[in-house]
Amino acid sequence: MKQIANWALNVATMRGSSYADARIVSQKGRALTTKNGKVGSASDADSIGMSVRVLADGAWGFAASEDLSRAGVEATAARAVEIARASAQVKQQDVRLAPEKSVTAEWTTPHAIDPFSISVEQNIALLLNVDSELRAVAGITLAESNLNFNREEQWFVSSEGSDIHQTKYSAGAGYTAYAFAGNEIQKRSYPNSYGGQWQNKGYELIEELKLLQNARRIAEEAVALHSADQCPEGTFDIILDSSQLGLQIHESIGHPIELDRVLGMEANFAGTSFLTLDKLRTLRYGSEMVNVVADARQEHGPGLGTFGFDDEGVPAQCTPIITNGLFTGYLSSRETAHTIGENRSGGTLRAEGWNRLPMIRMTNISLLPGEKPLSLEQLIASTDHGILMQTNRSWSIDDRRYNFQFGCEIGWEIKHGKRARMVKNPSYSGITTEFWNSLDAICSRDEWTLWGTPNCGKGQPQQVMGTGHGAAPSRFRKVKVGSAYKGS
Amino acid sequence: MLARDQAADIFDRIKRLSGADEIEVLFSGGRFALTRFANNTIHQNVAEENHVVSVRTVFDGRTARATTNRFDDDGLRGAVESSEALAKVQHADSDLLPMPDSREAAGSADSSVRATQFPSRHFAQTAAISPQLRAGTVKKIVEVAQKHKLTTAGIFSNSETVEGIFNSRGLSDWHTQTLAEVSITMLGADSSGWQKANSPDVADLDPPALAEIAAKKALDSAHPGEIPAGKYTVILEPAAVLDMVGFMFWDYSGMAILDQRSFLTGRIGSQLFGDNITIWDDATHPGQTGSLFDGEGMRRLRVPLVENGVVKRVVYARATAERMKRSEHRDQAGPIEVTGHGFPLPNEMGEMPLNIVFAAPQDPQTLAQMIASTERGVLVTRLWYIREVEPYEKMLTGMTRDGTFLVENGRVRQGVRNFRFNESLIHMLSNVEAMSAPRRACGEESFDMVVPAMRVRDFNFTEVTKF
Ligand SMILES: [Zn+2]
Repeated sequence: MKQIANWALNVATMRGSSYADARIVSQKGRALTTKNGKVGSASDADSIGMSVRVLADGAWGFAASEDLSRAGVEATAARAVEIARASAQVKQQDVRLAPEKSVTAEWTTPHAIDPFSISVEQNIALLLNVDSELRAVAGITLAESNLNFNREEQWFVSSEGSDIHQTKYSAGAGYTAYAFAGNEIQKRSYPNSYGGQWQNKGYELIEELKLLQNARRIAEEAVALHSADQCPEGTFDIILDSSQLGLQIHESIGHPIELDRVLGMEANFAGTSFLTLDKLRTLRYGSEMVNVVADARQEHGPGLGTFGFDDEGVPAQCTPIITNGLFTGYLSSRETAHTIGENRSGGTLRAEGWNRLPMIRMTNISLLPGEKPLSLEQLIASTDHGILMQTNRSWSIDDRRYNFQFGCEIGWEIKHGKRARMVKNPSYSGITTEFWNSLDAICSRDEWTLWGTPNCGKGQPQQVMGTGHGAAPSRFRKVKVGSAYKGS
Repeated sequence: MLARDQAADIFDRIKRLSGADEIEVLFSGGRFALTRFANNTIHQNVAEENHVVSVRTVFDGRTARATTNRFDDDGLRGAVESSEALAKVQHADSDLLPMPDSREAAGSADSSVRATQFPSRHFAQTAAISPQLRAGTVKKIVEVAQKHKLTTAGIFSNSETVEGIFNSRGLSDWHTQTLAEVSITMLGADSSGWQKANSPDVADLDPPALAEIAAKKALDSAHPGEIPAGKYTVILEPAAVLDMVGFMFWDYSGMAILDQRSFLTGRIGSQLFGDNITIWDDATHPGQTGSLFDGEGMRRLRVPLVENGVVKRVVYARATAERMKRSEHRDQAGPIEVTGHGFPLPNEMGEMPLNIVFAAPQDPQTLAQMIASTERGVLVTRLWYIREVEPYEKMLTGMTRDGTFLVENGRVRQGVRNFRFNESLIHMLSNVEAMSAPRRACGEESFDMVVPAMRVRDFNFTEVTKF
C-alpha cells in the first residue's frame, strides 16, 4: 500500500507540487436493525480507494479514485495537480502550512473484542430480545433497534516523509420505543436517541450498555408520557442529563470553535461563528466552573474523536477550549494555525473516507466533571424548583451559533428537591454565552459519560463525521423553557 | 464511467458466484467534481471517481445486502459471500415477495412514461466541465463580489452518474444523469445574501446573475434592525418553502402508516391543508431529476398526494402494498397500489415520494406582486437548521438566514435580524394566501423539488437572534 501511495507522491512532485500527501483508506461496515419483531435491514459494506492532496502554485488540489492500479494512481495524482493550478487562478494569497515533524508510526484503536468476530446470529438475537421487551409493554406501537460496527484502515504518506498506518474501530447501538395514541406520538430512546451510544471501541461497548436490562423501563416511559402533563412554559432552573448536555456542547461550543468556520470557509453551507478572533482569551464563555477541552488522545477515553494522528499526519493533542469560564482555544489545522498566532496545528483535520478532503472536525469536545463529589440525585435534592430534561428529541441553532433551541424526550418537574411529576414535550432555548454563564453545578466523574455523535455534517460535498462529547449532568439557572410550544 | 453492457457482464459474473434462490444487483457511481470558494478565494477543489456494486441475495424468504467498490473477482466474491452469510442466519420473512420481472416492473405506467421515450437527463456539456472552466466561473462570481465591496463563498460543481438494477428474473434498468450546481453567499459587514440552483443541463444556470441577486440581498439587508418575535405574514421564497415542506414527505408512505409514525395516520381523505394546495409526486416532470425506477426496479408512477388540500394518497413499495391489504389500517390508507417508490431492500422505511411537484395556483403571482400587496410582513430568502419538534402536528423549528427583510406598505423596507420559528406544517399549508408559479428549487435542509414561493399569514416567529 505504501508503494502505491508513493507512486502518487512521485507524480505530484514531478508535476511541480510544493507539498503532497496521499491517503489509501479501506473501510468496512456492518449495519443491523430490527423493527417490530423482525430484522429491518442487514447489510455489510466495504470501500477502498486513494486520494491525493497537493499544493501547487500556492493553492490546493484534491483528487480521489477507486482505481489503485499504477496508471490509475498516477492519473489521480496528475489530476490533483491540474486542479490545484486551476485553484490558483482565484486566490488572494498563497496557502501556508504550519511546520510539522515527519513521523513513521502505527496506531490502532484499543479494543478487547473485534466486533466483526461476533456472529450475526448473536447480534440479531440481542436486538430481537430487546425488541420483544419493548413491545411487551401495552401501548408501544413501534419498536426499532440498531447495531453498527465499523473498521477503517488508513495508510498516510506525505512528501515531507511521514508514513502513518492507522486502524480505527467504532461501534454503536441503541433502540427507540414509540407510542401512538389519540393525536400524539411519544417516544423514548436508550442509551441515546438517533442511533444510541457510539464509541471507538470493540464489541465490549455493546456488553457495557446493558441494552436489554433497560428496555422495559424505556418502553413504560414512552407510554406514560401520554398521561403526563405538558411541560410548563416560563423561566426555570434546568438540569440536563449527560447525553443532552453532550449535544448542547457539540452545537454551542464544538461548532463555533472550528477555525475554518471562524475564518469564513463554511459561510455558504455550515455557517460562520460568533467567536471572531478578537474573542480569544477575552470572552467569558461560561461561568467559572466551565472547563472544556478538545482532546483526541487515547487517555481521554474511547470517543469517536480519539485517534493517533489526524488526516494530515499531526499527532493527537489536547487543547484547552474554555478554562475556568474563559475562552482559550480553537480547533485548528496546519493551514489555519497561523491565523491565531500558533506555530503548530491543533491536529483536528479529518476526512469521512478515502474520497473526501480532510477538514477541521471536532475531536472529543468535553466538559470536565465537577471536582467535588456530586451525584445526579444529590443535584436534584439541592434544586428547589426546576425541570430535569433527558434524551434529545430536536435540536436547532443559528448559523453563527448564538440562538439555540432543544427539545427532549422526557422531563421531570423538580419541587423541593424531589421529582414531583413527569412532564412531556420539554424544550428550552437561549443564547450560547448567556446559557453557559448560567451553569452553577456539574456532577462529578462517576456521572460523566463520553458520548458519541455519529452524524455531524459539514463541508461541500457534505461529510458525515463522528465526534465525542464527555459530560456529566449539570444545572443551569433561569433558562427559558417551552417557547417552542408557545403560540401553537 | 460504468456502461450498461459492462454492468450486465458484471451481473453475469456475480450470478455465477452465488447459489442463492434469487439475486439482485444495484450499480451506482460516477464522476463528481466541486470547486469551493470563500473569502474570494478557491480554498477547496476536489474531484472523485467511484462506483459501487451492491448485491442482494435471497434464500427461502431471507434476504440481506452487501456492497463493495471492488469490481475484481475477489471483491465481487466477497460481496456475494457477505450477502449470503447475512441472509442465511435470519428468520424467514413472510412479507418478502419474489423479485419482480420486467413485466411487473413496468406496472400500470402508461407507455408515455417509459424510459425509451423520456428526454435524457444526461448532458455532455455538463459532464465535460473542466477545473479551468469551474475556476473561470468562480472568478466571475468573485468579480461581482468585488464590484459591490462584498466577499463571496460558495460552490460550483458538476457530476456524471449512473444508477442501474439487474435481477435474476431478467429485470434490468439503467439511468445516466448529469448535474451542475452553483450556490453563492455574498457577505457584507453585518449582512448576507444567498442563491442556489442546479440542473442536469449547465446551460440552465447563470452564475453571474445569481451572484448579482445574492449581492443585492446582502446590500439591501445591511445594518439590520430588530423587530420583535411574533406572528407575521411571511413571504417565503421557493428555497424556504421546500426546506419546510420536505419534512413531511417521509410520512407519505404506506409503511409510515403501518408503523403509526406518520402524521397522516387517521387523516388520509380529510381536508388537512388549504384548498389551494395540490401536490404530486412525478418523476417524469421536466423540473425533476433522478431515475424512473425504484429500489426494486419498479416504474415510478405519477401520484396525486394532495388535491385541493385533501390528502389523497401515500406511496407504496411492493411488499408494503401487500401488507397494507391485510392490515387493520387498510380502510384508512387511501388507494393501495404499488407506486414505484420503494427503497432498496432490505430496509425499515419502506418507501417515500422524492419527486415532489406543487401544482400551479389558479392565479400565480410573482414575488414582486406578493411584496406589493403586503401591508406588513417578513420576506424570507432561506431557512436553516430545521428540525421536527412535534411529529403529529408536524411542528418544525428553524432559523431564517442570508436575507430576511421587513416588508411594509408593499415595499421591502429594511433587513431585519434573523428569527427562530416554531410552526406547524399543517397550519402553514392552511394559511397560504398567494403563490408564485412553481419552479425547480434547491435548499440545504430537504431534497430538490418543484415548488412555488408562498405568502403565508400568522407564521410563528418565537425568538430573535443577535444578527
Ligand atoms: Zn455537528
